[in-house]
Amino acid sequence: MEKKIIATTSLAGCFGCHMSILDIDERILDLIELVEFNKSPVDDIKTFTKPVDIGIIEGGCCNSENVEVLRSFRKNCKILISLGECAIMGGLPALRNGIPIEECLNEAYLNGPTVGLNTEHIMPCDDELPMLLDKVYPCHEIVKIDYYLPGCPPRADLIWDALVALLTGSELDLPYEVVKFD
Amino acid sequence: MKDRIFEIISKYNGDSYRLMDILHDIQAVAGYIDHATIALLADKLPLSAAQIEETVSFYHFYSDKPLAKFNIYLNDSVTANMNGRKEVLAAFEAACGIKQGQVTSDGTLGLFPTSCIGMNDQEPAAIINDKVFTRLTPFRVKQIVNGLKHGLSLDDLVVEECGDGKNALPEINSMVCNNIRRKGALLNHDYKLFSVINDILPNTSSDEIIDIVSESNIRGRGGAGFPTGLKWKFGSRAKGEHRYIICNADEGEPGTFKDRVLLTEYPEMVFEGMVTAGYAVGADMGLLYLRYEYKYLLSYLNGVLESMRKNNYLGKNISGIEDFDFDIRIQLGAGAYICGEESALIESLEGKRGEPRDKPPFPVEKGYMNLPTVVNNVETLATVVKIIKNGADWFNKLGNKDSVGTKVLSISGDCRFPGIYEVEWGLKIGDVLDMCGADNVQAIQVGGPSGALIGEKDFHRELSYSDLPTGGSMIVFNKNRNLLTEVVLNFMNFFIEESCGTCSTCRNMPYVLREKLLKVINGRGVKQDIEDMTSWARLLNVSRCGLGQTAANPIVSSIKNFRPLYEALLNHEVEYDSGFNLETSVLESCKVVGRQPIFHHNA
Repeated sequence: MEKKIIATTSLAGCFGCHMSILDIDERILDLIELVEFNKSPVDDIKTFTKPVDIGIIEGGCCNSENVEVLRSFRKNCKILISLGECAIMGGLPALRNGIPIEECLNEAYLNGPTVGLNTEHIMPCDDELPMLLDKVYPCHEIVKIDYYLPGCPPRADLIWDALVALLTGSELDLPYEVVKFD
Repeated sequence: MKDRIFEIISKYNGDSYRLMDILHDIQAVAGYIDHATIALLADKLPLSAAQIEETVSFYHFYSDKPLAKFNIYLNDSVTANMNGRKEVLAAFEAACGIKQGQVTSDGTLGLFPTSCIGMNDQEPAAIINDKVFTRLTPFRVKQIVNGLKHGLSLDDLVVEECGDGKNALPEINSMVCNNIRRKGALLNHDYKLFSVINDILPNTSSDEIIDIVSESNIRGRGGAGFPTGLKWKFGSRAKGEHRYIICNADEGEPGTFKDRVLLTEYPEMVFEGMVTAGYAVGADMGLLYLRYEYKYLLSYLNGVLESMRKNNYLGKNISGIEDFDFDIRIQLGAGAYICGEESALIESLEGKRGEPRDKPPFPVEKGYMNLPTVVNNVETLATVVKIIKNGADWFNKLGNKDSVGTKVLSISGDCRFPGIYEVEWGLKIGDVLDMCGADNVQAIQVGGPSGALIGEKDFHRELSYSDLPTGGSMIVFNKNRNLLTEVVLNFMNFFIEESCGTCSTCRNMPYVLREKLLKVINGRGVKQDIEDMTSWARLLNVSRCGLGQTAANPIVSSIKNFRPLYEALLNHEVEYDSGFNLETSVLESCKVVGRQPIFHHNA
């Protein structure tokens, strides 16, 4: 069987889902028999070098760069998977969604208890920086997503079972016990 | 003000478990609870400032900012909207000169939305400083606001007659109506005050009482339907220095208002049920948790308790039974639907945020103060009194095999006679609709937003725990209603507003589902969106409590029974359309930090 190509990324996430991927432990040796990693923090390949079969997305979109990366994943991957709470529902970063963005920025850079060194009251506005979105979006509100793996983080067993199911074309069972949050 | 706060703290003996009462009193005196007050409380109570702030920020009716002299909380329930809330809101906004969510610059008037206040049969309704105004019209709004501006009192402004029954008593003095349309075994007139306490308890052992309740096969009337006898048995066997009976009067499920009527017309029966439960379980304290929206009943109910104390229906050696000591206290909530969940209610009784506990242990083992606690619904406790009086066999003859007895329904929406109906379990939905005078019916919501939205093909089904269970809420919608925009969207807004936020599933998924629903409503939906909503909703099963687990029911149930409504709105031309626009979504943040948006279109 030809190896499937996988790419992964962490957008507005905490890398916890990627840690959970690594938590499949020694099964990662079995995995690399089945797949080849392309753009991913796992192998540190920064740009797509070939068409990808499965793109795994951790985190939602909180800024313009997240959106660009996610769109490039959609363009280069046949199948996209939202992995974990933040990719599926926005997660912890989305707690800001109920608060006007000006209030968030003021708290972060002007009024918060830890802004003492920002004596000139500078708001980060360099053109090199990504632009903040009006709210944190789950991935499916930006591009089409094919599959969703829930959890915070999704357990390693769940990720493993899902990948095996996808690679072998079998059904995935998601019993109550394997879905865990926080 | 400092001295007043100290006075309030000592009124409750510095008991941090009474934080809800302390905060209510401070809010009443100061108008709000700010950081300085919280620091003062933290200094005097064995609580940190963060713990106190947690509680203050949780409840709808506490405020950390100054409110107005008169605060108008306009109900935002589905039936309020069906009965002209939009026009009433516009009239309030015009008369007050502010938008919803604001306070007038002179601090006289504030206008806020609020979740269902239990007046579904007389909407639109509003609470103004604890006084309930029902059946509002733009004309009435103008009168009320002008009156308040000219210094009239809220009592002066009730120009309607008082409501029916005991609503007219001076202790209640409210325009709220009972609208009792049908009486049955529970509501009929054969109740003789305190005859169970007087005649039966002294001659019956606590185990015998539990046996009668078990044999009656009554199940909890709040909605979950746990067998009451079994709950009492567990409570009586659990080990603890004290045991507690809690009466759950926090009916917050939109469309339910039957406990309000029971507490207005039959409070003695409810309290007698609590005393009976206390005798059976071996409890020495009863607590009735009254939702804040029913505060207008508080002094009346306390008066009933006081006269019970005078007559030895509460206190020591009740009815001459040696060592049977039992008293009841009423705890006022502060506006939170989630506190209807029994473990959240207990947290709230202890002065904390109303967040459900992990179970097990269940409250019967570790409840209030971590001691054995039996939590029963208002209607359950009242019904128990009739069961003890008339016997288990009598009760078993009512209803059907699966669900015995009667159920008090709160019927509202598009029908000629909204109100309270007591019916036997097993009644068909079609008969319910005929009974309340509903024509041209498109759908009926059975069991409130967390229940099921059903259409004509299911009108032959029966009210029962195994087919269509209900805590009492029934809302009728006729064929002119847009179920998706008027009903499902309103219910989803309700669940988003009322989630306690503990579980990420319930905190986020209803929001994500509402975005999907709006996408469909706005004509950007594709077929996959419907499949997604159905399959994602299952994720809510991992939430800690029933509210979280059922928070997607409005969508799931409407897709199941009214799928063509969704499909008619889908865009079949494209495979996917998220509707997302990067250019517009960064505008606001760029403006705040002072930069020009730059886009790399080749990305």
